[in-house]
Amino acid sequence: MGHYVVRRLLQAIPLMFIISIFLYALVNLAPGGPLAGRGTSKRLNPEQIAILKRQFGLDKPVCVRYVYWLIGNDWTKMVEEIPAPGVGISSTIIKCIDPRTYLLTESQGIGKGVLRGDFGNSYRTRKPVLDSIKTAFKNSAYLMSITLTIVAIIAIPVGVISAVKQYSIFDIIVTTLSFIGQAIPEFWLGLILILIFYVWLKNPLTGDPLLPPGGMYTQGMTFSLIDWTKHLILPVTMGVVGWVTWYSRFLRSSMLDVIHQDYVRTARAKGLTLNKVYFKHALRNALLPLVTIFALDLPYIFAGSLYVEILFSWPGMGRLYYQAAIDRDYPMLMAILTIITLVVIFSNLLADIIYAKLDPRIHYD
Amino acid sequence: MRQLVWRRFRRHPGAIMGCIVLSCIVLACTLAFLSPYDPYKSNLSERYQSPSLEHPMGTDALGRDLMTRVLYGGRVSLAVGFSVMVITLVIGVPVGAIAGYFGGRIDNILMRITDAALALPSLLVLILLGAILREVDAPFLKSNPVLTIAFVIGILAWMFTARLVRASYLTIREMDFVSATRALGGSNFRIIVLHIFPNAIGPVIVEATLEIAYAILEESGLSYLGFGIQPPTPSWGNLLSNAQEYLVKYPWLAIFPGLMIFLSVISINYIGDGLRDAFDPHKVLTKMGEV
Repeated sequence: MGHYVVRRLLQAIPLMFIISIFLYALVNLAPGGPLAGRGTSKRLNPEQIAILKRQFGLDKPVCVRYVYWLIGNDWTKMVEEIPAPGVGISSTIIKCIDPRTYLLTESQGIGKGVLRGDFGNSYRTRKPVLDSIKTAFKNSAYLMSITLTIVAIIAIPVGVISAVKQYSIFDIIVTTLSFIGQAIPEFWLGLILILIFYVWLKNPLTGDPLLPPGGMYTQGMTFSLIDWTKHLILPVTMGVVGWVTWYSRFLRSSMLDVIHQDYVRTARAKGLTLNKVYFKHALRNALLPLVTIFALDLPYIFAGSLYVEILFSWPGMGRLYYQAAIDRDYPMLMAILTIITLVVIFSNLLADIIYAKLDPRIHYD
Repeated sequence: MRQLVWRRFRRHPGAIMGCIVLSCIVLACTLAFLSPYDPYKSNLSERYQSPSLEHPMGTDALGRDLMTRVLYGGRVSLAVGFSVMVITLVIGVPVGAIAGYFGGRIDNILMRITDAALALPSLLVLILLGAILREVDAPFLKSNPVLTIAFVIGILAWMFTARLVRASYLTIREMDFVSATRALGGSNFRIIVLHIFPNAIGPVIVEATLEIAYAILEESGLSYLGFGIQPPTPSWGNLLSNAQEYLVKYPWLAIFPGLMIFLSVISINYIGDGLRDAFDPHKVLTKMGEV
């Protein structure tokens, strides 16, 4: 097992390397780019573009940029613009590119490179991308953990019961609902939820909309549990529908495999109650493949639920990525893509390891 | 064999319903030109009309009949779905067949490529590719938006087909009839295409069917975000792209396009389910055992 893990980890390194080259080329070589002037009302003039290019290091060939991105540039001299005396650093691009406010100097590079945990600064905010990612990740994890808890509470009993009572009315209803749940486009479900709970249904006492249409909390309000909960209901519902149908269907088929096996019959023959047989003996084994599936789904949890976050203006990873894709914020895009790819590779490994740990019949060599 | 599959398929009520609903949608989209309204020409005096007899789904911000646009959009969305299926088959089947049949080093190389493609965070890369392609100024891409989007979705989806086909080929190549063909002097190409493929086709057909549904959903999401099919060409996804702003006053603009996506995807999923049961030889046995 130890050897197996080490070998898989060693295999992951070249894989990660190749993927990072591919992603870097894709992000950096694409036409358009961050300086095409989207999102700003002013078109940039060539002089301003030249300055921005130097500031972002885009004047270097792409292979040099990749090396700097990977291992940093603090071992080499960089031409750098520093603010002229008396001019503060402004966060917006337009203000930063007035040539009079900058002086050219040559100084030591400061980028440490991805291998040393430095993903660079965002083009948009000019702050370290990892800071934004940390905040966004917390918000995504908050939403996701609540969503997944509810998913587990619903999916496990539903999956077990519909397997135990295969072809019963309950099973038929559940199966139909799961077909419906999987066919609804996620973002459309969100739109319909907003339509029902924000536009149509009103609070009978105050006449306000029943639920807020977005955000994590009401702006400018002090923390209140009710307010935060109200903001959670719609995004969580939107996320839960997709995950519940996916997991309950999976658990149903995995339960069906298990309950026809001999040891379940033995347990029943011993006179155990049905509840005990199904929920204790059978469920344990039926959950085995589910653990693997869950490990494989980890990247989606890290990436946050893109459509939920965009629809409900939830400041998480998905929305951060969406904004970065629109801005072509190279460091931000590369940081998120790299982190999520790492999570994908490691969760694949994790799935295999957990499976072998839980099921003694499986051996890797 | 073919008759048996058809007989089992017929007994799946969901699949039959799916076939009926999907045929209606496809027919309506094909006959969209019969509509008295133009899907592109704006008519500012008729903006934001709620659903009525003249405009069964209402009109949009430019006074265009929404139903006409939804039907024309259906052509685009269904075409994307179908093209993605073709693309995943064209890439996935040969890769899987060659890897599974030859094994060894070829298998190793092809499967490493497949693994690398699977390790990409597909939705994120899809959005990135969409954002890039939106700004590429190539006439071919601009005049063939359906193919472009289908290619982007397909290039990130062929791996599943490849793995499935490889698994079938791995099992079938060990069977006696393959050895017999080889002994008779059948070439590798002949064995792969004429002898093994017909025996591996069941799961591929199921997967390909479900691929259409998956692609329709992906396209709608991508176009909803503004990275897919660009207006004025309508697609079910981009008809919804401004829906959130209109939700309070003009909810029909958000309801109908989504309903069409939902209906076609659920029909296709039921058809896929019916096909899976029909191709699965064990299914009938277990069902008979229980009855």
